[in-house]
Amino acid sequence: MSLASKSLTPASRKGPSWLPYLLISPTLVIVLVFTAWPTVQAIYTSFFRQYLNIAKFRTPTFVGLENYKTLLTSPDFHEVLRNTAIYVVGTVPTSIVLAFLFALLVNRTVKGIGLARLAFFYPTILPMVSAATIWMFFFTPDYGLFNTALRALGYHGPQNWLGNPHLALLAVMIVAVWKNAGYLMIFYLAGLQNLPTDVFEAASIDGASWWTQLWKIAFPLLRRTTLFVSTIAIIDAFQVVDHIFVLTQGGPSQSSSVLLYYLWQVRFEDQNVGLASALTVVLIVIMLSITVTNFVLSEREGA
Amino acid sequence: MTGSKLRKRLTDVFLNILTAVLALAWASLIIWAVVVSFRPESEPLGRGDVWFGHSVTFANYLKAWSLAPFGIYYRNTIIIVGMILIAQVITITLAGFAFAHYRFKGKKWLFFFILLQLMIPAAALLVPNFSTIRKLGLFDTTLAVALPYFGSAFGTFLMRQAFLEVPRDLVDAGVMDGCSWWQLLWHVYLPPAMPTLVAFALSSISWHWNEFLWPLVVTLTERSRPLTIGLVRFTQLGEIGARWPLLAAATITVIAPLFLLFLVFQKQFIRSFLHSGLK
Repeated sequence: MSLASKSLTPASRKGPSWLPYLLISPTLVIVLVFTAWPTVQAIYTSFFRQYLNIAKFRTPTFVGLENYKTLLTSPDFHEVLRNTAIYVVGTVPTSIVLAFLFALLVNRTVKGIGLARLAFFYPTILPMVSAATIWMFFFTPDYGLFNTALRALGYHGPQNWLGNPHLALLAVMIVAVWKNAGYLMIFYLAGLQNLPTDVFEAASIDGASWWTQLWKIAFPLLRRTTLFVSTIAIIDAFQVVDHIFVLTQGGPSQSSSVLLYYLWQVRFEDQNVGLASALTVVLIVIMLSITVTNFVLSEREGA
Repeated sequence: MTGSKLRKRLTDVFLNILTAVLALAWASLIIWAVVVSFRPESEPLGRGDVWFGHSVTFANYLKAWSLAPFGIYYRNTIIIVGMILIAQVITITLAGFAFAHYRFKGKKWLFFFILLQLMIPAAALLVPNFSTIRKLGLFDTTLAVALPYFGSAFGTFLMRQAFLEVPRDLVDAGVMDGCSWWQLLWHVYLPPAMPTLVAFALSSISWHWNEFLWPLVVTLTERSRPLTIGLVRFTQLGEIGARWPLLAAATITVIAPLFLLFLVFQKQFIRSFLHSGLK
């Protein structure tokens, strides 16, 4: 009797000592081969010059930091960095604010609110390339719906968004916001539904307006959600470039190319393996600093 | 009192209108795509004329399917998504179980090592992974598209969490009864963890059905290309140009199965996306 009530420690759970290693080995192998090893490989090859489309540079030659120096002095890379910064700073806060707004709007009990929720969320399950294909029509000069809507709002500026170096990046950003806001919305929705209702009831009785309840009570209480949502949004902004392939191919003249798309161009169009590896290292450093920062911040917030 | 009531009433009306306008703006894309895909191509879209034409037709779908092998793209996507799903369900269950149930040397470090996959997203490792696939001789196969996803740090993490929530007494009772490890896993751990596994599976399906960049890099011919690549190639075909009804039909072709699945299992989908914030 006394034996049965005593909880067993994990150590006492018998089995061959190699069993746990065997069970995790498939996962370990995949992480080793497709995450750890390529990271090391990228760092290594970034010190070599290798062009696959130029016969005499086909075999790698050690060049030290030359690829990194090339990046630092390359106007293309500078433009791409600038675009990436604009893209991240432009899409992330916009998506988050819209996500919060959507969550508030659909978190009410009104007839047909389910449809609105559906309308905001469905872009999440579309492939980015299909979404971009549809958007291509919306951006079409002259009869595209986007311009028609803008005209109705009194805008008479340039119409060929995708072919205009000043608007192409903005067009790509609009598609990203449209696609992401509904996805981020569900985290706020879950957060709102977990908030203690008595706080709002008390505030209501005290005569606090909807707006005050929102900014003074709900938003601060959802700080952790916002931190989480920001991380997802930032990582997504760096790793999703599918729509650029459909809409602009990074053009006109690099004006809508961002880091990951540029990486693809350098490796698979220019066939410049060394430079692409250096870019990979840059991207890895950025990604790692985002995920580690998030980890540290959420630890501080208290898990 | 009546003043504040009126104000509340007005706020409600304003919020309803705002919701309707935004929802319509968001939905307009899918509505447009569906409408145009069923519209006769002979009735070109003009300014303001963007609703159904005089008749509803399937001709655009037939034409789109005749211009590109969407059937093969479908097959490839289903094979890829299926392979990943089966592999992931097995690997994350086993690894999650090992981390939740056993104590072993290096456990903490091995777990941390696996979490590396969450810290460096696969997209960043496109270039070296491409050369690995070439060295493995897998270039231009469906396996090449699927293989890097056969293990999932996030899935392992989720399953470990779910297994840790299984009551200790239940596990201990199983151990006392002399259950082997797989009986323990199958009869004690897995049943209460099923919702987590299903949630993970749904988000895995939709994530890999929609993936583009990795398959773009490791596929070359129709024998391995998934739907997303097929669609983009289709939009770039010379004879397509700005034939929107064909483009819309092709787009709906790619979207439809997942979209219908989503409409039926909306709640489960949303729950699964909630659980898998980091994919």
